[in-house]
Amino acid sequence: MRKYLPIIIALASLILLSQSVDAQCKGFAKKLCKLELAPYIHDGNYHAAILTEGEEAELYKTFYTGQRYRIAICGAEALPPIEFQIVDAYKNVIFDNTEHDMAPTWDFSLESSQQLKVIVNVPVSSVQAEFPNSGCVAIMFGFQEE
Amino acid sequence: MQQNYLLFRIIGLLLITGVLLAIPSCRSDRSRQGGREVSLGDFLTEEDIFDDIDKAKKIFYSLPSPLETAMLLKSTGIDYDEMLLNDLSSVERYSTSKSKALNLGIYTTDLSFASLFDQAQTSLNYMDVTRRLATEMGIDDAIDDETLRRLEQNLDNREVVMDIISETFFNSSSYLKENDQQQIAAIVLVGGWIEGLYIGSQMAGEEPPEDNKLVERLAEQKLSFSIVERMLEDNRLDPSGQENRDIAELIDELQGLKAAYDNIEVQTSAVTVGEQEDTAEVAMLRSRTIINVTPEAFRDLQSAVRSIRTNFVQ
Repeated sequence: MRKYLPIIIALASLILLSQSVDAQCKGFAKKLCKLELAPYIHDGNYHAAILTEGEEAELYKTFYTGQRYRIAICGAEALPPIEFQIVDAYKNVIFDNTEHDMAPTWDFSLESSQQLKVIVNVPVSSVQAEFPNSGCVAIMFGFQEE
Repeated sequence: MQQNYLLFRIIGLLLITGVLLAIPSCRSDRSRQGGREVSLGDFLTEEDIFDDIDKAKKIFYSLPSPLETAMLLKSTGIDYDEMLLNDLSSVERYSTSKSKALNLGIYTTDLSFASLFDQAQTSLNYMDVTRRLATEMGIDDAIDDETLRRLEQNLDNREVVMDIISETFFNSSSYLKENDQQQIAAIVLVGGWIEGLYIGSQMAGEEPPEDNKLVERLAEQKLSFSIVERMLEDNRLDPSGQENRDIAELIDELQGLKAAYDNIEVQTSAVTVGEQEDTAEVAMLRSRTIINVTPEAFRDLQSAVRSIRTNFVQ
């Protein structure tokens, strides 16, 4: 029984690690990403996940007239700068941060309320590595009354 | 021999647990094939944006948070009416996880609403009841003593109060999502959103005038309702693969609202990006939205919202 103990400990650690990595995502979003929203007020919603290089995520949200919004997309240090696009219902790309020096934030207001999609992509690092990197990616929104 | 058998059972159990824990982060693909050609002159409905949803690995649905909901209402120019908030003493009645979650959202919207109208004592009372519900739900660190002290000391500073509300809601939702309680997190959001609809629809009165900003605001919540539907469907199954009864029930309970929104037309045109005149750094998204809501359709919406909200708070 004792010779298998390291295997049991390793598996248990793996399980606990998957939980603590999630907890780190919360801390990452709260301590680092939220700062990107200032002076806008964070809406309080939490959207974060562990993503791996090459992975994509999508977020659907309705944005309303009468408010200014700031979107902030943050990735953990281990990841290359995160790419994101904002797309309307017609699949028109209305913002692409790869055309704006990989800006992590974008501020906008709306003439009429719109449902928009945010597409987040973790690019594959140009540095050759044995395994692709993974890390927290957070999508946060701030708003201000116009 | 028996020792080895026991060992393999332990390893097997750990592996199964690991796989089950990994499921929530992977369970996000939803199949909606399609996509259609549209020209810029067309108008689309709220469903069209979901056309190619199967391409992404991780899907997030974002509803207006209680704070944003309260802000959206206030921006229509409505007055404050404390009678519309959920009674503080009702908290004693909430004994199931679903009723606690719904009313955590409802009380947080009430708290946000009171705070935006500088109602100091009411804000404190609602923060207190919100804390009580969060604690009962096992979210101990959502609102601590320090948060309450900070709130008391800054009641005259609306920006700080909003930041505190935002942080407490973030603490609750992040705790729930990171502890495999995504279904509960979704229910909290729905509760908060319905409360906003309730306050707004009650404020509009029985015969709102034409071109009423509040009526428009409530009608365009149809755009968020389609996100509510998607979010709940996405959470219909527990991490174990079993149907979540609370979510299934909630989907049923929202059918009246779906029927009411089916009679309200909201269509949006394509977006073009311009710059705002006064603040060059803030892009202006230019588009048109057509909203058609007849007085009868609006009364149906009011009635559906009132019925759902009454059911939630009882």
